[in-house]
This record gives sequence, structure tokens and C-alpha cells, in this order.
Amino acid sequence: MIKLEKIVKTYPMGKRELTVLNGINLEIKQGELVAIMGPSGSGKTTMLNLLGCLDVPSSGSYRLEGREVSRLGGRELAQLRGEKIGFIFQTFNLLSRLTALANVELGMTYAGGVDRKRALEALDKVGLSERVSHRPIELSGGEQQRVAIARAIVKNPALFLADEPTGQLDSKSGGEVISILTSLNTEHGITLIVVTHDANIASHCQRIIHLMDGEIIGEETR
Amino acid sequence: MKRWFGFLSTVWLGLVTHKLRSFLTILGVVIGVASVIILMSIGQGSTQQILESIQSMGANLITIRPGSFTFGGVRGGMSQTLTMEDSEAIAAQVSHISAVAPSYTSSLQLVFGDKNLNSQVTGTTPEYMAVNNLEISKGKFFNMEEYQRNTKVAVIGANVAEDLFGSIDPIGQQMRMGKIIVRVIGVLEAKGVSFGSPDDAVYIPLTVMQQTVAQPRTPQGGRIVSTVSLTVSDEKYTQNVIDDVTSVLRSRHQLSAFADDDFNIMSTEEIASMLEETTGTLTLLLGAVAAISLLVGGIGVMNIMLVSVLERTREIGIRKALGARDADIWSQFLFEAALLTFTGGIIGVIVGWGISIIIDTMGFMNTLVSVNIIFLAVGVAIAIGLFFGFYPAWNASRLNPIEALRSE
Repeated sequence: MIKLEKIVKTYPMGKRELTVLNGINLEIKQGELVAIMGPSGSGKTTMLNLLGCLDVPSSGSYRLEGREVSRLGGRELAQLRGEKIGFIFQTFNLLSRLTALANVELGMTYAGGVDRKRALEALDKVGLSERVSHRPIELSGGEQQRVAIARAIVKNPALFLADEPTGQLDSKSGGEVISILTSLNTEHGITLIVVTHDANIASHCQRIIHLMDGEIIGEETR
Repeated sequence: MKRWFGFLSTVWLGLVTHKLRSFLTILGVVIGVASVIILMSIGQGSTQQILESIQSMGANLITIRPGSFTFGGVRGGMSQTLTMEDSEAIAAQVSHISAVAPSYTSSLQLVFGDKNLNSQVTGTTPEYMAVNNLEISKGKFFNMEEYQRNTKVAVIGANVAEDLFGSIDPIGQQMRMGKIIVRVIGVLEAKGVSFGSPDDAVYIPLTVMQQTVAQPRTPQGGRIVSTVSLTVSDEKYTQNVIDDVTSVLRSRHQLSAFADDDFNIMSTEEIASMLEETTGTLTLLLGAVAAISLLVGGIGVMNIMLVSVLERTREIGIRKALGARDADIWSQFLFEAALLTFTGGIIGVIVGWGISIIIDTMGFMNTLVSVNIIFLAVGVAIAIGLFFGFYPAWNASRLNPIEALRSE
């Protein structure tokens, strides 16, 4: 489903160029639960941005469901993000002035249109059917992250990308979030890539990819 | 449809979240639009008032005066070249004229009882009433018989009747005018206009005038008059009549081919178009002043939109991550700006219109709100929103989603 070949990403740094990813080759199949681990500055976030079609590689090939992404323009990338990708961020990234329900509906705004029934179903799936009209400020961190998960699943994306999903949560609500994500994978066959420091999350994953200085230095499979 | 609903609710939320800020932005546009409407309505109202007053002077009226006439300025030279004989020649030789009325105006003192007042007294012929569209409210205008017999009668304007006679019925009263005593036989209907208003005038037969004030004569012995007014039988002959009168007068005054006219011919139409031009310039000037405030309002919109984009950088990043295209982002901000100015425009129309009506009914000034002004003001307001909203919206759409997500 995902195939990365010789992916290089460089950023201009003054006169020199900073190479963040240096020749990544990776294949991820439909329904896999993959963790990408590595220290700060290893290129995890850049890789997630590439996988999430927020950015394109400097060179190399990225195929998502057979489609070459690396040469697409902004408009097509936006469309791919809308239809194929569900993001879950460390800082939740909910709109503070919208209710939980409206935030979930926002996920559908750019992916075919708002459907309130499906939005309510998605909130029900993450166990928040009682909190639909609450604003983010009235919700706990774990609940906010669950709203974010609902916002991602409501449009049925091909690929879930989670960036440190438990980074700002206490261990209890972090555990809830992990169990929701793993159950999405096991029960619904959703492909999920998690970037994390947290060995606890990684322990739930079938594959763990270790990054260091922009290169894959190892891979574990369970 | 669903997409549109989402879009509209997005814009609406953006505006209601910052109620005070939206209100202040709208206020800037409201003031701009309202001042455009008020000032333009004052300009148009005074134009209309002037045109009405000219119309009341009589349609198809042509006025001939001696000397070169500069409108709004000083009457140059005041050469006394126009005579009774000229007037008679015009009546005899020029076709398509329904009436000709020569007149001689002089300032005379009127005395009745213990009251006295200075008034412009016009000596003229009975045709004058029809030519100048005068209406009698009481009594009658003098007739041909009274004119020919030098009967000492006078027709007085509404203000003169009020000031000199007060509650007494002026009809039949004797009043002193200069050296003679005249009997009042008619009072004119008040016209309430300021432009050469007959309300303050007194009309007597020209023959009587010649006895009262030593009417001067030209070296050739012609009896000098100050004005000859005439009515054209049909508007379409106005130019013909002007041309014919010009050639009759030039030949009578023995002007060489290169000499300027020593008289001046004005038709009602000409006066109207001249005044219309003047007030049009005034209206435009007022509009321009108001447009500046509208511009300032527009800059206010731009300012707010820039702040709004900056403040919502993260939101833009989130929307982009969720699949919003650049067009989705800029249309959101552009529509928001246009909605602000549109709302401001509508409220501005209501406020401006209301104030115009108040100004009019309080009697400060005449105002006229035309549909054109309203469409213009609202259209310009929306255009300003789109124009000044474009740059912030474009800025927003070009934000890099990764950096936008990282911002606080």
C-alpha cells in the first residue's frame, strides 16, 4: 500500500543544505500497525509529513495505493490528504471555538461533505456520545485526543498517521487512546503509522522501524 | 450543497467568535457607506430643488438681457442696449413665439400705513404673467386695458403682502410706491423658491413705470428695458427662436459681423443645464469626500483580516491537513471580508437613508436618495471588501501547512 524508494529530503540551511532523510526504502502493507521510533532530529517528523502528503521528497519515489505522490502539486496533495489520510497530532489540534461534533464534521468538510449521522457514529466509536456539544476546553486531554481520532476516522481514510498521540496525556488516558487505536487496527483493519518515543505504544505494534540521522537503522517485527 | 453549508457556517463562526472586532470593522464600513449616501443625497436634493425652481419660472422661457452675461458673476458693462422697440420687433418678426413681455425693473420704496419696505418693482406688459408662469392667489393681474390707460395698479408678491399688509387684505388698498400712489389689485401665489423669486417682487404696468421712474432712453430715442422675456410655442423651436432673435437684434443694433452680441439670450433649459453642471460637480465633490471615509473603512477591513489570518495560522494548518485546498482557504477569508463589508453596506444604507430623511424632514436641507446611490454604495462596499480582503486571504492560502501547524 505504501512504497518508499530512495527517499531523500533536504532543507536549505543558509548556503548549505541540510539532509534530513537520506535514502529511505520502506514498504507498508494494508492493515499493518507500524511504529517509527528514533531520537529527536532523526527525521521522524519529516517522514510523517511526507507520508501524510503535507510535503514532497526532494528526490525518490513515494507511492500511496499505487499512485506516485512525490511529484504532485499542492491541489492534488490537498485532495489526497482530504480523502486518504487521517492525522492524529500530539497537541490534538482541535479548533477551540467548535464543539466536539463540529470538530468531527470539520474532518468531512474537505472530504466530500458533512454528514451529521456519521459524525455522531464516529464520536460514539471513541466513547464520546455524551460529550458531543462540549468544546475542547471543557474536555480532558484524553477526550480531546479521542475527538481528534473521531475526526480522522469519520472520513474512512486509507492511512492513519499519529504523531506522538499520547505525548501530552497521562498514562491512564494515554492507555485509552492506545487501546482505541489498536482496536481500530485489529477490528477495522485500518493501516496505522505511529511516530513515538513511547515504548509502551511501540509494544502494541507489529513492526517497529528505528530511524537515526535520516536513515533506517533497524526494524523489529513481532 | 452540504459543502456550501459547511463553508457558510465556517465563515459565520469566524465572525461571531470575535463579535466586538467584527462590529468595529463593520462600523467603519457603515460610517463610510452612510456618509456617501447622506452627502450624495444632499447633493442630489439641492440639484433637484434648483431644477424645480427653474421649472417654476416657466417652461420654454427665453430671457433676453442687455450686455454680456456671465452666470454667477458680475453682469459685465450693463450696457443699456435693449429697448421697447427691440421687443416689438421681436414680437413682429420672429415666428413660433406665443408671448413677449418687455420689463423694466427698479428698486422702489413701498409705504403702507406705518410700514415701509424696499422692493424690486417690475414694470411690464400683461403677457408677463403667462410668460413667467406666475399664479394669482387673490385678485387679478392687470389687463391690457389697464396697461394702455396707465392705470396705477400693482400686483404684489406673497412676501410683500405679508410684510407690508400683515393681516389686512391688500386687495383694493392704496400704497405709496416711490412718488405715486398705486392700488393693489392682486397677490401672487407664493412659490417659495430663492432663485429670482417673484415672492418679493411687485408688478405694475410698464406705462406706469415710465411715469414713476424716468425711464432712460438710448441716444436714438429707444425706450430702454432691462429684460425681454418670451415664450416659445413649442420646445422644439427653442434654438430657431434664439437664432432668429439674435439676427433681429444684431441687425437692429447694427453690429458688424465681427462684433460680439451686446445682449444675452438664455433659455430655461440652458440655465437648468448650467446649474445642473454646477450642482453635479458639488455632488461629485461631496461623494469623493465620503468615498475617502469608505476607503478608510476598507483599510480597516484589511487590517482586521490580516490580524485574523495571523491569529488563525494554526487553524489554517489544521484545515490544510484535513484536506483544504488553497482555494478553500482564500475563499473562506475573502468571503468573510466580503460579508463584513456587505453587512456594513446594508446597515450603512439604512443609517444613511434614515439620516437623509431626518435632514429633509427637519428642513435643514433638501435630500434625495436615489436607487443608484444605494446600489453604488453597497457595490463599492463589497468591492472594497474583496479588494482589501484579497491580500490577507491570499497570504492565508499560501501558508505552509507544516509550519502553520507548528505555530502557537
